[in-house]
Amino acid sequence: MNAWSELGGMLTDPLMQRALVAALLVGLAAPVIGTYLVQRRLSLLGDGIGHVALTGVAVGWLAGSIMGLAPADALAVPGAVVAAVLGAVIIELVRERGRTSGDVALALLFYGGIAGGVLIISRAGGTSANLMSYLFGSISTVTGADLALTVALSLLVLGTGIGLRTALFAVSHDEEFARAAGLPVRLLNITIAVIAALTVTVAMRVVGLLLVSALMIVPVAVAQLVTTSFRRTMTTGMAIGATVCVLGLTITYWNDVSPGAMIVVLAIGLYAVTATVRPVVLARRRRESGRHDPHPQVPDDVQLTETREA
Amino acid sequence: MTPAVLARGVHVTLGGAAILHHVDLTVQTGETVALLGANGSGKSTLVRALVGAVPIDRGTVELLGRPLGRSVAWDRMGYVPQRVTATTGVPTTASEVVTSGTLYGRRLLPPRGARARVLEALDAVGLAAVADRAVRELSGGQQQRVLIARALVRRPDLLMLDEPVAGVDLPSQQAFADALGRLAASGTTILVVLHELGAIAPLIGRAVVLRHGSVVHDGAPPSPAHDHAAAGHEHLHPHTGDTDAGETSDAGVTPTVRLRP
Repeated sequence: MNAWSELGGMLTDPLMQRALVAALLVGLAAPVIGTYLVQRRLSLLGDGIGHVALTGVAVGWLAGSIMGLAPADALAVPGAVVAAVLGAVIIELVRERGRTSGDVALALLFYGGIAGGVLIISRAGGTSANLMSYLFGSISTVTGADLALTVALSLLVLGTGIGLRTALFAVSHDEEFARAAGLPVRLLNITIAVIAALTVTVAMRVVGLLLVSALMIVPVAVAQLVTTSFRRTMTTGMAIGATVCVLGLTITYWNDVSPGAMIVVLAIGLYAVTATVRPVVLARRRRESGRHDPHPQVPDDVQLTETREA
Repeated sequence: MTPAVLARGVHVTLGGAAILHHVDLTVQTGETVALLGANGSGKSTLVRALVGAVPIDRGTVELLGRPLGRSVAWDRMGYVPQRVTATTGVPTTASEVVTSGTLYGRRLLPPRGARARVLEALDAVGLAAVADRAVRELSGGQQQRVLIARALVRRPDLLMLDEPVAGVDLPSQQAFADALGRLAASGTTILVVLHELGAIAPLIGRAVVLRHGSVVHDGAPPSPAHDHAAAGHEHLHPHTGDTDAGETSDAGVTPTVRLRP
């Protein structure tokens, strides 16, 4: 048994194949929407949507058990999609009204979401333990139908997030300017909220609702340390997201730990390493490019009668 | 001829406070008009209401002959909001910020040849060299010029600017005044909110002064209050006539510090 045959074994395992495809797509899609959220300083929006999605999971479960469907949680993911989209649109409309009251309204929505989820799941005949796989991810149980939904939603997120990047950038960068350009600002804001909600539900199976936000934000936070452009930040974030998702999942094939937690720890570890190495690299680059005065050559605004020796 | 800007009886209330009362303003095509007033007089709010960034309670606004809304020819309109900085959460280059200015109305994708137009707009404000530098690495004045380039990239017929030279370094102020002069000469209608006329004074044909949310003057540019223009007032801005005969025309980058022997 060598490393190659071990790797071959992993890649031919149909369960693992589905999990790897899901992880790759989520790793690519989450940083796309994460870039817009960081741009608008809404890094924790994904977290809020995740809380609301939990109620959706429980409602889906309840509906499934009332209808007597075979696996009781057959409607859990569709329920999460509906709740997340509704929650995201409500959050966006509250945000548009004004920030002060919005802050409290968001808190109510978040905690209402998680408390509602726990209450409803017990009414549906489940226990809070059933919610664990949604809170922390259950990528090893991805079915063919789950994968089809993941692929479709990921492609929708990637297509919208990348295709409309200039317009979504415009509205995230400077909402007032976008309004004064006649752009459909509310529609674009709601588009961002909806693709954030879809990303949350897609990533739910991979890292779980509690860690979804990390997968959206941490790759972008790492990318920001080394990039100077929006486009490069997004593509670097996507590369980092895809790498940590596939790598984290692969590690957990041989080690029995939670894939979601592994992926997030890898991403945060990468952030720590990059943040530590960056000043060293920047200092070396500065030394190589020679000493240069960082101040622009600008005339003084005052008349000096005498100057000290510089 | 339809005026470029036509506002009738505009009332604006923000947070329960009446900011503008019954403001009438007409800007004819090709005019360069300054909107003056003390801090808090409502001049910024008026411009923001004219472009649709602030809701209007009562009154009507027409831009380029169309009522404010979807039917306005947004591609012929440029707006420069009042900003201290153009930076945001994610690193962004100057050309990316300017590219967002190529979108308007229902156009959600940048047009063909956007890159060339972006570079042209950055060149017009003297920033072609830093197009691919991160905005956060630029000086405050350069960032303000990036925002002006974002408004110019659509080649607007009507340009509205909100305190474009507040807190801006002198070379940027001069570069800005030059760019504005070229635009005015080519027939662009300009409405500019200013705290004081400064380097732009020669371009201004008409001034509208607001006080407590109402128009109190509409006509020739007023002379500065207090002793701003008095003989004893030490002016700290370079003027076009200030350069000595031997100096080259790039007054903006020539140090004006004079060491008295």
